[in-house]
Amino acid sequence: MKRHDEVTDPVSNHQTDSHADVESRSGRLAKESKAPADRPDPGAHGAAVTLEDVSISFGDHIAVRNVTLQMPARQVTALVGPSGCGKTSVLRAVNRLHDHTGGAVRGTVRLGSLDVYGPDVQPEVLRSRIGMVFQRPNPFPTMSIFDNVISGLRFNGVHNKRLLREMGIAALHNAALWDIVKDRLSQPAVRLSGGQQQRLCIARALAIEPEVLLMDEPCSALDPVATAKIEDLIRHLSGEVTIALVTHNMFQAARVSDNVAVFLLGDDRVGELVEVGPTDRVFDTPNDARTKAYVTGHVG
Amino acid sequence: MSTLPSIQAGLDGAMPDMGLAEAARRRLVVRDSARRSIGRRRTAGRAMQAICLIAVPIGVAPLVALVVATVSKGAGAVNVGFLLHAPTPEGVPGGGISTAIVGSGEIVAYAIALAVPMGLFIALFLFERPGGIASAVRFSADVLSGVPSIVIGIFTYAVFVERFHHFSDLAAGFALGVLMLPIMVRANEEAMRTVSVDLWEAGVSLGARRSRVARSIVLRGALPGVVTGNLLAVARGVGETAPLLFTVASPTFAMTLLIFNDATEPFPDAQQAAWGTALVLLALVLTLSVCARTVAWTLNRKTR
Repeated sequence: MKRHDEVTDPVSNHQTDSHADVESRSGRLAKESKAPADRPDPGAHGAAVTLEDVSISFGDHIAVRNVTLQMPARQVTALVGPSGCGKTSVLRAVNRLHDHTGGAVRGTVRLGSLDVYGPDVQPEVLRSRIGMVFQRPNPFPTMSIFDNVISGLRFNGVHNKRLLREMGIAALHNAALWDIVKDRLSQPAVRLSGGQQQRLCIARALAIEPEVLLMDEPCSALDPVATAKIEDLIRHLSGEVTIALVTHNMFQAARVSDNVAVFLLGDDRVGELVEVGPTDRVFDTPNDARTKAYVTGHVG
Repeated sequence: MSTLPSIQAGLDGAMPDMGLAEAARRRLVVRDSARRSIGRRRTAGRAMQAICLIAVPIGVAPLVALVVATVSKGAGAVNVGFLLHAPTPEGVPGGGISTAIVGSGEIVAYAIALAVPMGLFIALFLFERPGGIASAVRFSADVLSGVPSIVIGIFTYAVFVERFHHFSDLAAGFALGVLMLPIMVRANEEAMRTVSVDLWEAGVSLGARRSRVARSIVLRGALPGVVTGNLLAVARGVGETAPLLFTVASPTFAMTLLIFNDATEPFPDAQQAAWGTALVLLALVLTLSVCARTVAWTLNRKTR
């Protein structure tokens, strides 16, 4: 366990759970802890995100109901299905974005063993552990490329210049963007191409070293070349961070995901989870007739 | 163990062990910072919220105070007779402000007839023909909206009243129209800009003439903003006094002039009448503003 000694930052010296955190990164069995609210938590039984009987409604309209789903740690879980079946709603329940849009979430959502909607949870601290990437690249137009990357760090109170620089560079490397932007870090972010902007947004999300990365159709506004780069990136990141990927592109799900969760609209126009499992299994031998029709392109 | 620094780990190849440790250390920095700073951030956030909450009543207070004062001082003067009777000379009871209401209505009608169509056409020009001329026109509108209303009044006096040796509501309407025009032009243009280029291109690519797209797509899409902007400009114009000073024959032919005249009289009856007139004017302006909001809301809702 030599690598524990490399944790040299003074702030970690008094962190009792620092070792567990390192161990979870390196794929070791994480110790189950009582996990006080908002603590980094390695995740119980290998599932980074757990949904138990989750239903989401907006006013009288139920968007999706009775979703029970586990997203294994450091794997890509694709949420697929036609438009309007609640994939994105489920994704946004994980980092409590519905708090701000009037959506009501019932059931239990867990990040590791932390109850996301628990009474002691501060949404800001929760979200500092979860990254999110949106359909359209949305770099902050008033910030430079580098300021975009480190914006999440600043929002979370990191102000040490050396740390910001180091962590921003690391995030750009992780998003495979460093070589492209290293000479233009102070340029406005909106000068980048669409695909580069999206990778910048991924770098921005990665800079806070999230345990989970939520991606909401991250390629829907991109051309095939840019899409391929993002998909490479997703594959590369999957050993590092748990990724939840919403997509309506079945081929993309097949290419990049380890697990797939298929959502469809029920008879009463309410979204529901019809099948979940390892990607290969769901695509090759779907259990549910509706899944079969959907993945083979007969329904959509 | 590989000695590659973590920053060498791009898309190619797995992260070396050292990189993992680095990542774990970075994660601890962020988590620790987030947890330690949350109290301070929450406090700062609450403080700003409190300031906003305090700012709201302070901002609304002047309006409330103004309405309360006007209603309490003017309500006693306002009755049906006050609205329907013509003003009487000082000391003669039973006077009203009917001539001023009719006069103000007439002046504003002239101003609307002048400014609303002009404002629409100028805004359409700015929208459809961007370039040097449009920029010059836009700049002129901005300058004109900054011209003091008393200057517009004296200009109208020189152009109309002096030349034709005749005070008239038409001249007053012209002065008010000039005052309202730049406000309307900019409001209309802003409203048209909210119609996306996509829609314009969709219309043109269906074979529609530009004029037809301007009417069916641009103007229709901008309608809520156009109506709101124009109504607010009218509300602004109704309350103007300065452009009327040199153009209206008698203060009894416009509400704002009547207020000015009566309020400066030494007699309590006249001052009471001034407050009454102020109340009627205020009610009119508030009604216009409410209409503007309602129309915009209704039109917006239809497109959902």
